[in-house]
Amino acid sequence: MGLLAAAEQEKLRETFNRMTSPVRLLFFTQTLDCETCLQTRQILDELPLVSDRITIDEVNVVLDKDKAAQYGIDRAPAIAVLAQDPSGATHDSRIRFLGAPSGYEFISLVQAVLLVGGRGSHLTDENRRRLAAVDTPVTLQVFTTPT
Amino acid sequence: MAFANPNITAVAVEATEFPDLARRYRVTGVPKTVVNETTEILGALPQDAYIEQALATLNSQRSTHSD
Repeated sequence: MGLLAAAEQEKLRETFNRMTSPVRLLFFTQTLDCETCLQTRQILDELPLVSDRITIDEVNVVLDKDKAAQYGIDRAPAIAVLAQDPSGATHDSRIRFLGAPSGYEFISLVQAVLLVGGRGSHLTDENRRRLAAVDTPVTLQVFTTPT
Repeated sequence: MAFANPNITAVAVEATEFPDLARRYRVTGVPKTVVNETTEILGALPQDAYIEQALATLNSQRSTHSD
């Protein structure tokens, strides 16, 4: 029995049915000194159960520092959302989550998976155009708390 | 927004799990967005206003750099 009730699982299954392409979640973890790594893994493990388009890969931020650095991650738990094309190659969406995706963050994670999995953007055409014109690196860090 | 442009990275940070980051960026309320380590957007804004603020931030950072 997982974390989600059967009804919630069913709802998620329907939601993820709107995906048109696979998504890989990179889960950044460490063995020691990480209070919420196990919880994060348990939450993530729910997702492949409800969609065969979602896979999870684990990266140990201590043992595999280089790979973590490649994604700009230096702490755990963290998640990077990757798009996967039919050949299996992945493309970084540059959407990250630091901390366990519980509470409202779980909904944000589901939304990110849908976005990268082909549901399309909620941005207006005008805003998409404005963002497309950004020609320097920008990092947006959005701080939240669990609710 | 990250989806719209490869120059953009979006990171959702759980503030209570990373008090060092919350302190570094002086997070006293959520949601709070920190743009390029410096400027901030407070609260949840409608899409247009949020993007407006984020882009305004970039322009002001750029003019500071070029001055």
